[in-house]
Amino acid sequence: MRYREALNSALREEMARDPNVMLMGEDIGVFNGAFKVTAGLLEEFGEKRVRDTPISENTIVGMGVGAAMTGLRPVVELMTINFSLLAMDQIVNHAASIRYMFGGQVKVPLVVRMPQGAGHQLGPTHSHSWEALYLHVPGLLVAVPTTAADAKGLLKSAIRDDNPVVFIEHEYLYGQRGEVPDDEDFTVNFGEAAIRREGADVTIVGISRMALTAARAAKTLSEEHGVEAEVIDPRTLRPLDLDTILASVRKTNRCVIVEEGWPHGGVGANLSALIQEQAFDDLDAPVQRVTGADVPMPYSKALEQLAFPHEPQIVDAVLATFRDRTAS
Amino acid sequence: MTERVAPSTQPAQLPEPEAAIEWLNTMMLIRRFEERAGEMYAKAKVGGFLHLAIGEEATIVGSTRALRDRDYLISTYRSHGHTLTRGSDPNHVMAELFGRVDGLCKGRGGSMHMFDLERRFMGGYGIVGGNLPLAAGFALASDYLGTDDATLCQFGDGASNQGTFGETMNLAALWSLPVVFMITNNQFGMGTSLERHSAVTDLLRKGEGFGVPGMRCDGMDVVDTYNVTTEALKIAREERRPVLVEALTYRFRGHSMADPEEYRTKEQVDEWRKRDPLAVFGDQLVAAGMLDEEERARMDRETMARIDESVAFADASPHPAPTALYEDIYVLGDQVRGWYSVDERTPTPHRGEDEHSMDSADLPRSAEHTGSHPVNEATPKPADAAQQGED
Repeated sequence: MRYREALNSALREEMARDPNVMLMGEDIGVFNGAFKVTAGLLEEFGEKRVRDTPISENTIVGMGVGAAMTGLRPVVELMTINFSLLAMDQIVNHAASIRYMFGGQVKVPLVVRMPQGAGHQLGPTHSHSWEALYLHVPGLLVAVPTTAADAKGLLKSAIRDDNPVVFIEHEYLYGQRGEVPDDEDFTVNFGEAAIRREGADVTIVGISRMALTAARAAKTLSEEHGVEAEVIDPRTLRPLDLDTILASVRKTNRCVIVEEGWPHGGVGANLSALIQEQAFDDLDAPVQRVTGADVPMPYSKALEQLAFPHEPQIVDAVLATFRDRTAS
Repeated sequence: MTERVAPSTQPAQLPEPEAAIEWLNTMMLIRRFEERAGEMYAKAKVGGFLHLAIGEEATIVGSTRALRDRDYLISTYRSHGHTLTRGSDPNHVMAELFGRVDGLCKGRGGSMHMFDLERRFMGGYGIVGGNLPLAAGFALASDYLGTDDATLCQFGDGASNQGTFGETMNLAALWSLPVVFMITNNQFGMGTSLERHSAVTDLLRKGEGFGVPGMRCDGMDVVDTYNVTTEALKIAREERRPVLVEALTYRFRGHSMADPEEYRTKEQVDEWRKRDPLAVFGDQLVAAGMLDEEERARMDRETMARIDESVAFADASPHPAPTALYEDIYVLGDQVRGWYSVDERTPTPHRGEDEHSMDSADLPRSAEHTGSHPVNEATPKPADAAQQGED
């Protein structure tokens, strides 16, 4: 099953399971979704539950917040994570804060889905990776599924959860295939990292698509350098399964964090701080970060490919953790 | 500058005596509550910003008395009156201003963020225009769930310039939502007068291009406000069409307590004060024989006593315990059992609420001593600084 089909089946199953689950978004109905994630759902569930919206990101998210406060479980689709900035007020000032600032009187069971990622030459307003922006915000849950199974399992969990969830998909991953359990009760819990590959020599944490790139790098490291990497996909960033990451680091004594987003204030910046706070004595080398370039995303294919991490950079970063720093 | 004092309407039919007295009483409660809140602010019992609605009581009470109990009300950062008119206990509203555990929101929201779910007061919000999409969301849920509940969304004239205004009007009309949008036009977006902030000053017309018809009421007249809002709610509820109501009113006090009021003349304020809704409506009831002056004075004394009680209650209510800092951020359950949060008082990350059961004695240092958030009754209120960065 493809990643987009897995998402589609999660939406379909949850809509069938709970009549108060409803969808809103630009072109999700008649058009079947910009990335076809919602294909067929309008036909199946009707206009009341699958709503095409005008291009008004802040307001459709805000309506989702309001509807979530008063009994519905809305799932709002935004066409890209870049467009979610138009809804930042409703996501951060409202969805994330409302429960806390109103003393726990109300909950906001809202899911806001959005794809991110570079590689399609969409330039600087459609290609960024911004999980770090949402990771920053207490009150939100943040999911970054990589596989088709996780896309389905996490989306089902997100819809059933009573907290606002920023659910970050990846444009490159929509077409990727993967095994998905054929079970309507299959879900993936937030806060449980997946170990994609076991290894004793180095821990590589890959975020979103970078978990796949990291797995390819791990294969190269094994075949060409004799380094056995353990690859961890956190799957959710809030809550974060730090225990699994720390356990791995304590075993391997080395860690490389790979993300597509910007370096400053990124997921890796945060995670490396947590690792050095918790496992400093277990580290044999500084935590390495491999990140997207610190630039707005360029259009040119040649430049765009330079602007997000690829396998060789990960291999280099891993090898750097083995370099004898006293020799230089 | 055009004076926007609303033309006096035809003397409207007063409601039944019981209702009329209750309306007056509620307006009085709001007025006296806010006057006292202002005093408490001056004494540094209340922190942050304090936006008073003194002068706008007829708009608040007239509009909300048109609601059914199950209807939703949502308002702005100027919302003490809105939560009181819905029946919130003044003790808990005052305690919220004091930032105490018995506050409506356990002291987390403060003046700008009142909320009383039980009474369907769906909140005061600090982001101008941020509450409009939420209101449309409530109406969407009401419609979706097949109820005949309606939503009344109040916001100021300044909010009619936000993007969410146009976006929400369009969506509410497009989706036939049972919501009434009420612009509390108090003539100023903070310190910028209506003529200086809106190209169209007949604000009731600002929804027309989005398919939302406009109505206007005299927001200084509780009966007119009630009548117009009732009609608007009927359209919203029965015809499933949103309506925009402009209530012409005026705040007698500054935008917030930190407002030197250099943008308007004393004469203009005095002119509006002649139409003080509390005085005018009280006089109407006396003239109609529903009330005598002695009874009116007794009501006022009882209201003052009620406010005294709320201040004593708030003062006696404890400050939130340090552990409350991490409560109510998330709903914990089967799917989300906790989360890593970095406690700024210690480098040790701790998992979520369910494992966060430390006593205050266990804290590395007491919250009482965190320099950036002093719990200090005598905190000075720098008026200039307080105005910085406000909406």
